[in-house]
Order: sequence, then C-alpha cells, then structure tokens
Amino acid sequence: MDSLLGLIQVFVGGFTVGSAYSLIALAMVIIYKTSEVLNFAQGDMAMAATFFAFSLLAVLGLPFYAALPAALLFAVLIGLAAEFLFLRRAKEPNLLGLIIITLGLEMIIFGLASWKWGADPKDLPFPVSPWDTIQIGGLIISYLELLTVATAAVVAAGLFLFFRYSKLGVAMKATQLNRNVARLMGIRTRRILLSAWGLSAGIGALAGLLIAPGGTVDPYMMWDPMMKGFASAVLGGMTSLPGAALGGCIMGVVENLFGFYVSTEFKSVVPFAIIVIVLCLKPSGLLARHYIRKV
Amino acid sequence: MDMKRSYFEDVRLFGSAAQVVWFLVLLAALFLFPFLAGPYYVYVVSYAAINVLVALGLNLLVGYTGQISLGHAGFFGIGAYATVLLMNKAALPLLLALLVASLIAAFFGFLLGLPALRLEGPYLAIATLGFGLTIEIIFEKWKFFGGSTGPPVPDFPIHFSSGLSMDQNIYFLVIPLTLAGTIAARNLVRSRVGRAFVAVRDSDIAASCMGVSLMYYKTLAFAVSAFFTGLAGGLFAFHLGQIDPTTFNLMLSIIFLAMVVVGGVASILGSVMGAVLLSVLNLKLKGLQLADFAAIPVIGQGVADFLGAFFMETGMANIRFIVYGLIMVLIMIVEPLGLYGFWIRTKIYWKTWPF
Repeated sequence: MDSLLGLIQVFVGGFTVGSAYSLIALAMVIIYKTSEVLNFAQGDMAMAATFFAFSLLAVLGLPFYAALPAALLFAVLIGLAAEFLFLRRAKEPNLLGLIIITLGLEMIIFGLASWKWGADPKDLPFPVSPWDTIQIGGLIISYLELLTVATAAVVAAGLFLFFRYSKLGVAMKATQLNRNVARLMGIRTRRILLSAWGLSAGIGALAGLLIAPGGTVDPYMMWDPMMKGFASAVLGGMTSLPGAALGGCIMGVVENLFGFYVSTEFKSVVPFAIIVIVLCLKPSGLLARHYIRKV
Repeated sequence: MDMKRSYFEDVRLFGSAAQVVWFLVLLAALFLFPFLAGPYYVYVVSYAAINVLVALGLNLLVGYTGQISLGHAGFFGIGAYATVLLMNKAALPLLLALLVASLIAAFFGFLLGLPALRLEGPYLAIATLGFGLTIEIIFEKWKFFGGSTGPPVPDFPIHFSSGLSMDQNIYFLVIPLTLAGTIAARNLVRSRVGRAFVAVRDSDIAASCMGVSLMYYKTLAFAVSAFFTGLAGGLFAFHLGQIDPTTFNLMLSIIFLAMVVVGGVASILGSVMGAVLLSVLNLKLKGLQLADFAAIPVIGQGVADFLGAFFMETGMANIRFIVYGLIMVLIMIVEPLGLYGFWIRTKIYWKTWPF
C-alpha cells in the first residue's frame, strides 16, 4: 500500500512539474501554429518578465496584485516588440532564418537581463509558498504546485474556448491554415501574428512566475524548463494545443518516475530520449496529423 | 560576371590566377605571423582558426545539406574529452589521439544522423538540441569523465623548434590543420558528394528520385560535420589548457550556428569570415570595462555614468551576447547571405563599376 501511495505521489509530483512545462509548450505552440516560427526566445522572454516582477516586488516594494499584471504586461510588450521589430522585417524567411532570428533575440534578452540584474540568484517574494503543503488523501502537495496545476488547467481551457469561439481565435486558425486566403477573407494577418506573439509571451511569463518561487531568479532559470517545454510541444505534435498540454504532463511524469526509481543524476536526459524514440515511431508527434509535403 | 561556362570551370579549386597568388600571400602571412605579432594575437588567431574548423563542419551540414543542428557543442566536447582521455589513459601520441577522437565524434555524428533521416524542421532541432544537452550532462555526471572540473589536460607535447613558446607551437599545429580542413571542405563541396548534399537540401524527394541515397548522404553529412567539429574540439582542449563540461553548453552550439549564418550559409569563404569575426568579437568583448565606454569621445562619460547607474558592472561580459544576438538578427533582416553576401555585392559593384 505504501509503495502504491509512493507511486501515486511520484505521479502527482511529475504532473505538477509537467503542468509548468505545459504552459511553456502551449506558448510555443501558439506561435508555431500561427506563424510557423520556432520561438527559442520564449524562455528568456519569461525570464525577463520574472526579473521585472522581482524588481517591482523586491526593489520598488510594490504589492503583488500590482506587480503581477505589470509583469504580464511587460512580457506582452516584449512579445509584440519582438514580432514587430524583428520577425516582421525578415527577408525571404525560411525555417533556418526564423530560428536564427529567435535565437538572436534570445541572446539579446539573455545578455540584457544578465547585464542589468547580474548572474547571482535571487529569491522572488511570492505570496503562495512552495514549502507549505496540504495533504489530500495521504498525498502531499504544496500550495504552489496546486496553483501551477490550476493555472495550467485554466489557461488550457481558456485557450480551447478562445480558439473555438472567439473571433480572434478563429482568425488565428485561419491564418495558420492559409495566410493568403485568410487575407482575402479580410483578416489582417499581420495583426493576427502580432497578437499571437503577445498572447504567447503572456502565457510564457505566467510559467516563469510559477517556476521562479520554487527555485531562484537568475538569467539561466528558464533554460531547463524551456527545453522541457519545447520537448513537450514537439512530443505533442507542435501544432496541437491539447498535444502540448498532454506532452507537458507526460514529460513531467516520466521524468519524475525515472528520477525516483532509476537515477536522479540523469533525470534531465530522459525527456530527450523519449522524444527521440517517439519521433522515430511517429515523426510528427503524438497528436498532430502527419504532415505530408507536396512536391 | 562570374558566369560558369563549362563544367571544368565549376569544379576548379581556384577560380583565377589572382586567387592562387592571394592564397600564397595568405600562406606566407600565416607562417610569418607568430614571429611578428605579440603572443596575445597568436592566441587570438589560433582560437579563430579552431572556430573556422567548426564553422566549416557545421556549414557542410546546415548550409549544404540543409539539416539544422543545435547540438554541435556536443561533438566539440566529444572531440575535446576523447583527445584528452586517449592521451591520459591510453597514452596515445597527440596526432593519433586527435585522429581517433575525431573518428569517435564522427561515429556519434553518424548515430545522430540516423533519427535525422525521419525528422525535419522543429523535430530535428529538438533532437539535436537534446543530443547536445545529453552529452553535457554525461560529461558532468559520469565519474569517468572527471566530474564538474573535467580531466586534466596534458602538456602540449609537440615542439616544432626550441625557440617557440607553447602558444606558438599550438599555432603551428592548428593553422595547417585548419588550412587542410578548409581545402578538404572546398574539395568536398565541388565533388559528387557535395552536389549530392546540395540536392538533398534543395529537395530530398527529388534527390532520392534521381538516385541520391538519402540514408547514405544524410548520415555522411552528419559524420563529416562531426569529424571537423571533433577535431576542432581536440585542438581547443590544448588551446584553453583545461576542459570542463559547462564549456560545451547550449550557448556554444548557438554561437557555432551564428558563425555559419553570419558568415553565410553554403559558403566556405563565408564560414571562415563568420568564424573569424565572432571569435575576435568574443575575445574582445569578454574583457569590456566601464572605462572603455568612458573613453568614447564627447558622449563617453555620460554613457558610462548611465550604464554604471542602471546596469551591473559585473555583468559587462554579457554585452557580447547582446552584440551576437544583434548581429544574428540584423544579418537575417538585411542580408540573409551573411558576410559572404556583402562581399559578393561589393565585388560585383566594383567589377561593373561605372554602371
């Protein structure tokens, strides 16, 4: 019985970590879905927003309810600026070129943030504690983990409704399917791309704010979660929102199971092993329709 | 202009007699350089030459074969670790260790090429990225590889002449290998293999219809690229004098990719230019001080005061990442062919000058 409970505990722990990955994966999928850009700057955009929140909270002493929306707004502005200043200006964009632009963006943000705030780790004053726990039927969960899962669930549900029922969401789907036809239908596709970047940066910043209290705030804080989030998005199929959410959860659970039963040292290698195996069997990920290229 | 009128013009090693002359001048300059320049510049040029090798290897894969790799720091690390460990544990001589280490890297390149047969775009990016991170973690966590401090790097064993310093000795090993690598890469891309690579890049389906074996050429591209990178990694271990796992992180892979793109994809000359530019920038910007800003005339003091007030002085080394990022983004926006594109445009402008 104890071992079964232990197993469930490991599962739940993985699930909570996985929901943070899901948030990043969702953010990446939104951008990839609308503009076919792999946004490598996602993690560092979130890192910058978290640092911004840290500055507001710890340096200026603002209350949390003011700092949270300000940080989200800051992230959205970074996202909009990235699309407007860089992505939109690209000449003959191909996949490699777009990847290079987002990698360059990542380095710019990383350099600016570690220049501004330094490399030494800081603690984010966060109202929900990662150390206080509650017990539900023998399982131990911290308040922060509960909040992370709840946020991920709300965001995933919200995105589902957004893409199904809102005008902007449907327009985004149309832009992804065929940009020229969408334009002929009167959709301002450039604005759609802009809003996709803003939305995605906001969701990424949420992930950053939820990851930071459990660790520290430093320029490298989002590298690992970002890689895992990217891996989750690819696992789920890169164009599928439910796939991204599912991929994040699978990633978290498998990683935790491996860490608990096999070896903690090589825990962070596991996701990539899974990815390679899954992709060899299903080259387009779990939940995406296989994409057949026309010659 | 540079129109090719026959097949033999297309496959010539040198385009004209002028190129041969310039090449000989370059050889002479490279030979005389360490005797004329200060020790720091010898160090810089060796560093740049090592990066040229990596950029060439990566360009064969990314530029010519069209396969994205975000894991080349992994091959670089494999080359460095394998060279050092082969010399420490198996007591191989340096040149043999370098060769075996590069072959080991090439084997891992072949292995990474296997999943790449079925993957493209973002899927390939994540697979190679995962490879790079995995290698870094294995080096760090596996006791055999010396943990987080890395294995001790043996003294550089080759002495070309008694009067040379260690940096000069390393220079005289690195430069011939880089030249050989450059010529090998140039020869590869103008041969049957290089054209097969380009065919795979332009359309893999059409290439396989024409009888180009995708399996053979894709894995070959990965293996050759990894060989170049592994060789550079082995040289880098001696150039730096120490290796530890965090050297071979994701940022390094991105910088390698930046060298290729900044120089110009699918261009040998471009790889050389990109690698040299970013290497020199890297060494120059690493040691940037607030005083360097204050030295700018007129606005200098104001800029330095502003930066001192709003930014951390300890974080100034990170300015190089901002510069790299800006270069990468601007190159893609202004001239997707990179420095090579600027060079070609300048050349055409002057050749056709009054018009």
